[in-house]
Amino acid sequence: MDSKKINFKDPAEIKEEILQKYPRKVAMKRAKSMVANDTEQAKEIQSNVRTIPGIITQRGCTYAGCKGVVLGPTRDVINLTHGPIGCGYYSWLTRRNQTNTPSQDPNDKIDGENYIPYCFSTDMQDENIVFGGEKKLMEAIREAYEIFKPKAISVFSTCPIGLIGDDVHQVARAASEELGINVFGFSCEGYRGVSQSAGHHIANNGLLTHVVGRNDNGPEGKFKVNLLGEYNIGGDAFVLEQMFEELGITLISTFSGNSTITAFEQAHTADLNMVMCHRSINYIAEMMETKYGIPWIKINFIGADATAKSLRKMAVYFDDSELSAKVEAYIGKNMEIAEKVRSEVVKTTKGKLAMMFVGGSRAHHYQDLFEELEMPTIAAGYEFAHRDDYEGRQVLPGIKVDADSRNIEEISVSADPERYKPRKTEEQMAMLESKGFKFSDYEGMMAQMSNNALVIDDITHWETEKLVEYFQPAIFCAGIKEKYAVQKMGVPLKQLHSYDYGGPYAGFEGVINFYKEIERMVGTKIWQLIKAPWQGEPEIVGTVGMEI
Amino acid sequence: MEALKEKAFVSTRNACKLCTPLGASIAYKGIAGCVPLIHGSQGCATYIRRYLISHYKEPVDIASTNFSEESAIFGGQSNLFAALNNITKQYKPEIIGIATTCLSETIGDDMQAIIQHYQAQNTLPDSPQLTYVSTPSFKGTHANGYHDTVLALVKRFAAFTETNNAINLLPGFLSTADLRHLKEIMRDCGLPSIMLPDYSDTLDNEYNGSYEKVPEGGTSIEELVAAGSSRASIELGHILNHATSKESAGTYLEKNFSIPRFNLPIPIGIKASDEFFTILQRLSGAAMPQKYLKQRGRLVDAYVDGHKYVFGKKAIVYGEEDFVLSMVGFLEEIGLETVLCASGGGSGLLKKMISEKVNPRQDIMVRDDFDFEDIAVACRDLKPDLMIGNSKGYYIARELGIPLIRVGFPIHDRLGGQRIRHVGYEGTHELFEKIANALIEHMQEHSPVGYKYM
Ligand code: SF4
Ligand code: SF4
Repeated sequence: MDSKKINFKDPAEIKEEILQKYPRKVAMKRAKSMVANDTEQAKEIQSNVRTIPGIITQRGCTYAGCKGVVLGPTRDVINLTHGPIGCGYYSWLTRRNQTNTPSQDPNDKIDGENYIPYCFSTDMQDENIVFGGEKKLMEAIREAYEIFKPKAISVFSTCPIGLIGDDVHQVARAASEELGINVFGFSCEGYRGVSQSAGHHIANNGLLTHVVGRNDNGPEGKFKVNLLGEYNIGGDAFVLEQMFEELGITLISTFSGNSTITAFEQAHTADLNMVMCHRSINYIAEMMETKYGIPWIKINFIGADATAKSLRKMAVYFDDSELSAKVEAYIGKNMEIAEKVRSEVVKTTKGKLAMMFVGGSRAHHYQDLFEELEMPTIAAGYEFAHRDDYEGRQVLPGIKVDADSRNIEEISVSADPERYKPRKTEEQMAMLESKGFKFSDYEGMMAQMSNNALVIDDITHWETEKLVEYFQPAIFCAGIKEKYAVQKMGVPLKQLHSYDYGGPYAGFEGVINFYKEIERMVGTKIWQLIKAPWQGEPEIVGTVGMEI
Repeated sequence: MEALKEKAFVSTRNACKLCTPLGASIAYKGIAGCVPLIHGSQGCATYIRRYLISHYKEPVDIASTNFSEESAIFGGQSNLFAALNNITKQYKPEIIGIATTCLSETIGDDMQAIIQHYQAQNTLPDSPQLTYVSTPSFKGTHANGYHDTVLALVKRFAAFTETNNAINLLPGFLSTADLRHLKEIMRDCGLPSIMLPDYSDTLDNEYNGSYEKVPEGGTSIEELVAAGSSRASIELGHILNHATSKESAGTYLEKNFSIPRFNLPIPIGIKASDEFFTILQRLSGAAMPQKYLKQRGRLVDAYVDGHKYVFGKKAIVYGEEDFVLSMVGFLEEIGLETVLCASGGGSGLLKKMISEKVNPRQDIMVRDDFDFEDIAVACRDLKPDLMIGNSKGYYIARELGIPLIRVGFPIHDRLGGQRIRHVGYEGTHELFEKIANALIEHMQEHSPVGYKYM
């Protein structure tokens, strides 16, 4: 076991206590999604399975993953929701993914299009459900075009659409022809998958099919990369963009923080794909490798050590001494600044327990930051990840394909006859690999966690409550849906979807923000005010003419 | 862009309405011991929870029947059964309030039959009560969902036992502070009341260091039953669920239990509050407590003092239809000129109601079935001085550089949005000062001189 790891007490007792309250069948199912981590022997965790009806979950729907997460942050595409009003309304500017707006960009690097603040919906009414909504959809696409003349419009289907059988793809094709712009549809009805995850996959497929590879004139540069699975929450992408610029790295596209359709179209011109959030984006990384010959590596820019490690990995790949020197200088300078802050805040944070249940990568990435704060992660889990995100990609061949995964169209991808170009020779790849360099690999969350730390997939509301009660962590990381329940129990909750409207937390700048934020949160004295001093039985200290 | 101005769009661009099960969930949250259950895919429940949680800043547990592709094809009965069992075991609720969604309605699940079937199998004495409401979002808005749920609840529970002395108070979709204030008024007037629903505690809970899964408070089932034996109902709002139903909770009780119904506007402004207090006085047969005379007097005093700041300013009001209706009445009183009343609701009654109930001095542009982009376009000609409504209109106010007075629902960009008071003399007073102060502040900030004496 490496030195950062702890040997926690076996959590069997709390697990038992949690399961007791469930009906028997539910308990049996949930037991498989709750695992005490074992640093000696890899364990299997059940994940990416249906949430049980009536058990309150953190998860959203397929539509949310497709429209909200992957396509949502792209500013120059109009996202049109085909369905009744709620689905579109609830995903209207709530994810806090930021983007450059025209006024922020004096160098005119962008074209002034920003449709993120708009929420277009076909707002299906009774008669559209009965007679079909294709006509209305076509009309809505024309309207969106008429108002903004965008270069692309994408259409997202919500639950009733699949049932009434509207063919959004057919309508999209017809609209493309009529308007002469790129219109593409997604069959991302909420019920299709077990969570947002299915929506990510559908979005990846659609982007590869309809967008990537349409424009060969990407920016020039010596080191060209794509950053995949970075969504610019709280301005993270801005920090990373600046970092790349300082290092002389050309960022062709980010999927999809601060992104544009044009950049997506040029993504195939990059020479390396760097994957942040493995869950939401690994599909397109894999497919781009097959289709265009771009290798991918897993990186993480959350945490000082992780950022340094990721930058070094990138430098090794490009194998350029000048770049390596630049990277080392950059790391050296920034580490020193970060360390100064860290050594201060750690006085408050050291030894306090953290828990995180969020997303499909953040519950892993943020463990790096908590390690630096010397706060052990006693329990963690994802909301919508799969086994490979927990146990590592080596388990992929063994994952059973169930009815829900079969719902998502697997697209067949082959090498592009014109654009496929291996970025390294086989010898070069083998050389790198022999030095321990890992392509297309992700070792998962559990490899990093301490012994007996509790790993829970798709944690339920009830389990959250019990865990907090039992472990009394100093901080709980999740989202807005959990925030007020956890805080009612006297534990601060850090939102890791929206960053509590703070951030950025990526790169070295982010590290410092996060250190300070957590110090403030775990050090707060607000919880001491819960009881009024005069609560309870009064203590009589004097008579009416009280003596002083 | 000019050509687009008068165009009627088929798409909705930045909607000024939410979906029906959200309204149902809020109403259910006002029933004691109730866990709402949304029958459909989990996304709807998750989105709705997130929306309510960020407005109320409270835990809001809403379960889902978590449809899969299979349930979408074969119907949601088995998912519903599983959900009911699991909620019962975890929450021990007194009642589970089911709301359907677009999905289950498109499939055509026969809720009544499914629930009967379930109840026939589950006869344990501690099984929760079940109730349901049909809330497809392709009919109506969150306001319809809300009122339809209140109606469904009285239909399900109200019964005639023996006449009691209570007044049913059907407040409509108001803030938690509004509900508390209404209860206080009823108490002060010596009128026992059954407020339906009452989420003043459940969605605005105090902090005490522990987490209650089913928070205390709400209208109890006994009260719901007793609502059929009350001596009168006061139903606030004139439009209610008109777009989706021929009857409201108040008219249902009147028709089936002969309970006289007093239908009043939401009491915002002096005139509407006067109407409300007049009815209370008639019902109590006693003089109004001094307290309210004083509150009213202070409000008149404030109008007099503040008139100079607000008079003649042009306002845009948007939100649920009944809310807009009352708000316009209030603005007329204080001399603000309403240039546009807009709602995402589509009862078709808004214009008629405004001319009937408010009878404004000048012709007001009234639009239902409107979205925020329609509002934005209208603003170019109307050149308003301020906007009054929920957070979602912020972007328009920002573009125009005018103040937005945040009222109604949802308010996601301010603290305390859930407990803004709008009703009664005091609520009106707070609202009036908020509006006047926003205009003063705007004037002050846009003046080249740093006046501190305005
Ligand atoms: S499907 Fe209907 S109920 Fe569900 S979120 Fe969309 S509009 Fe609301
Ligand atoms: S209807 Fe379907 S797509 Fe819309 S929010 Fe609900 S689950 Fe998601």
